[in-house]
Amino acid sequence: MLLRKVTQSPAICTSVLRLRPAVLDKNVVGSDTTMTAEKVDKAANVESKSFAVNMFKGQISTSQVFPFPSVLNEEQSQFLKELVGPCSKFFEEVNDPMKNDALEKVEELTMEGLKEMGAFGLQVPADLGGVGLTNTQYARLVEIVGMHDLGVGITLGAHQSIGFKGILLFGNPQQKEKYLPKLATGEHVAAFCLTEPASGSDAASIKTSAVRSPCGQYYTMNGSKIWISNGGIAEIFTVFAKTPMKDEKTGEMKDKITAFIVERSFGGVTHGPPEKKMGIKASNTAEVYFENVRVPAECVLGEVGGGFKVAMNILNNGRFGMAAALSGTMKGVIAKAVDHAANRTQFGNKIHNYGAIQEKMARMAMLQYVTESMAYMVSGNMDSGATEFQIEAAISKIFASEAAWLVTDECIQVMGGMGFMKDAGVERVLRDLRIFRIFEGTNDILRLFVALNGFQNAGNQLKSLQKALKNPFGNAGVLATEITKRAKRKAGLGTGLTLQGTVHPELNHSGELTVKAIEQFGAVIEELLLKHGKRIIDEQFVLKRVADCAIDLYAMVVVLSRASRSLSQGHPSAQHEKMLCETWCTEAHERVMQDIKFLRSGTSKQIFKNLRAISAAVVENGGVVSPHPLGF
Amino acid sequence: MLPLRFRRVTMSARVLVGVKRVIDYAVKIRVKPDRTGVVTDGVKHSMNPFCEIAVEEAVKLKEKKLVKEVVAVSCGPQQVQETIRTALAMGADRGIHVEVSGKDYETLGPLQVSKIFAALAKKEQADLIILGKQAIDDDCNQTGQMTAALLDWPQGTFASEVTLEADKLKVVREIDGGLETIKIKLPAVVTADLRLNTPRYATLPNIMKAKKKKIVNVKPADLGVDVSSRLEVLKVDEPPQRQSGVKVETVHDLVEKLKEAGRI
Repeated sequence: MLLRKVTQSPAICTSVLRLRPAVLDKNVVGSDTTMTAEKVDKAANVESKSFAVNMFKGQISTSQVFPFPSVLNEEQSQFLKELVGPCSKFFEEVNDPMKNDALEKVEELTMEGLKEMGAFGLQVPADLGGVGLTNTQYARLVEIVGMHDLGVGITLGAHQSIGFKGILLFGNPQQKEKYLPKLATGEHVAAFCLTEPASGSDAASIKTSAVRSPCGQYYTMNGSKIWISNGGIAEIFTVFAKTPMKDEKTGEMKDKITAFIVERSFGGVTHGPPEKKMGIKASNTAEVYFENVRVPAECVLGEVGGGFKVAMNILNNGRFGMAAALSGTMKGVIAKAVDHAANRTQFGNKIHNYGAIQEKMARMAMLQYVTESMAYMVSGNMDSGATEFQIEAAISKIFASEAAWLVTDECIQVMGGMGFMKDAGVERVLRDLRIFRIFEGTNDILRLFVALNGFQNAGNQLKSLQKALKNPFGNAGVLATEITKRAKRKAGLGTGLTLQGTVHPELNHSGELTVKAIEQFGAVIEELLLKHGKRIIDEQFVLKRVADCAIDLYAMVVVLSRASRSLSQGHPSAQHEKMLCETWCTEAHERVMQDIKFLRSGTSKQIFKNLRAISAAVVENGGVVSPHPLGF
Repeated sequence: MLPLRFRRVTMSARVLVGVKRVIDYAVKIRVKPDRTGVVTDGVKHSMNPFCEIAVEEAVKLKEKKLVKEVVAVSCGPQQVQETIRTALAMGADRGIHVEVSGKDYETLGPLQVSKIFAALAKKEQADLIILGKQAIDDDCNQTGQMTAALLDWPQGTFASEVTLEADKLKVVREIDGGLETIKIKLPAVVTADLRLNTPRYATLPNIMKAKKKKIVNVKPADLGVDVSSRLEVLKVDEPPQRQSGVKVETVHDLVEKLKEAGRI
């Protein structure tokens, strides 16, 4: 009977039968996974709790997103409250961001103060001399730093968020005891060394080498790293180098990345002068050279050959910090913009009375609300023990860095000429922010990562569906569900997914918009997979748009969750948050639907073709192609 | 051979420091619509700045090994424990929370607080009490003086410098005419003025350590103190809005205007 049902709806039958395993290679650009075939199978069978993973399958998994995570117990909350005051005070009274920017270095007194304050070991366990903060607590403090001085923020972040995070995540007890105490007090500063002149986004192609000695006691490291934050002041470096290894199966020598803890005191470690930058000038950025450095074997971090995984995990683990810091930055500049708009009179009125300004203020507020919600959603998930959050973390980094840039740019616009002046303190923030879209994984790469990771998971589901097809009678239930779902979707009917009962009743409409968008998103993902199969990896025009949809969808869900919580708890600001949420969801829904329509249309193919051709011509010509309108 | 008293002072001197929880100095104060007071709900509070200076001075004395123990005291509802914790994070050894809440807290003033401090000083056998010269919310500038009087102890108020010399305290006081230096015998009460010192920032590791320090709860009744007030606040108003001035052409006009206004 099932087979008859399948054959009766030819469209679905053909699409279902044309399933191809869209399992993707492990060398996916920017991917943080080194999944082998076995792992892929396992992953396909284990239900993922990640909202983003499920969204790509057109499913809604609410466990990690509803209700909005509340992970601090009474004691942790109380403790955190006590830390916020002194931390804010320090940044308001001692740290001078303008001075730091002008000197292109963090003032000595400030550095000392930060070290004494304990700011260098926020997440180091208390018994090793740190403050032992959870991710959420760390996020709250990093928000304060972000609000006042991003240059200091990067100095601290390069040190603890990535510089020695490897030791926290992958270090063995001996390594932790040896290194963490001095790193926590700031006596030693740390740096993360991955990037090389020829290896930025393409991290797997690094050339720094670490050759094992015949006796096996040490490695000899040679190479150079560029643009290393804290490179000129660090004592401890987490360095990624290629180590020649024998492949178990084939017996041939292969170069695999290994992570090492390298001390400057090992000898052979030198650095170049501080780079002159557009922003975050107070943060030291330098080239670091390794010349025949003897690195003891005990300094291998994690597994030999497992360095890529170490690097990606470190970056993944620190991403929520960026969203938290930037939500603080946005709060700060919005306050400045408000102050100006509320006091500046032009044409007889305070300018905040004018629609042009009102739209700017509202959009700034919405972007900050979304970023803040994402930051604490991700940190809350991490603290609750979630293991799958890499898509969400990547989304939060992309969103936060772009939102902060837009918000600060608009703030300068609201302030007019004043905003352009150094004294107002906002142009510095804009300069500081530019790098956030570039480092720790460029937003372009992360978009590819979000999309491809999503496709991979969706592809696995299709793969298991394909398996089920081989035994239709045994899997009748599953197949019937899947066919019905697709039929409904194609007919434009809801597939039964709903957020009613999960979101606050006052937000039901926004919830429904989100559900509709997710359903169509799931559908288009499947369509794209069926159309391109493995070659989807190369369709970057498509991947970018898919990622944009994913980002918008996650943003919608995150604000729905936060606003629902505020409404349920009867916060005084609940109605305001409801407005932020509804406005965001309405506009995001529009954007997502537009993108999906575009991806499905024939126009997209033509546009992509044109874009490709234009780019090729410009590259061939070494610049713009069209001759001057004047002819010379 | 050092006199017994000197040895007692340097080896076992105990300092009581009063810390008051007040609305943070940076907050814009708003009067409640019913004009019975100012808005405190949801408003940022912190330790009175002069109390911070008092705590800093006490902790410095301890670091110089001139006193043995610093006890931070605050009177008020549950929230004042945050203020005591800040003092502990700055270096005080333990805290005493004198529970006063509700109506009693609204009417709590220098007279009742000084009675509480006097009682505590006797109970804890304190040798020195350091308070801020005044609180930035009521600006009373009375608690230190009243406490000294109740205990019949000497007082060094508006201190900008404090030096312990044997069993005496040399205090440099900031007064209208300049600086006055006095020597007072211990036990004594000192109130801190702005230039006494620069309070340290509570570091995160110290805040963590402070979690382990003890805060003991005490009720005014336990100390035999009646906190009922003899004062009643009739109303609270904002200061009058600044009126715009008037420009005059000549000095003669100015004198006329001043006469008109009854100023001369």
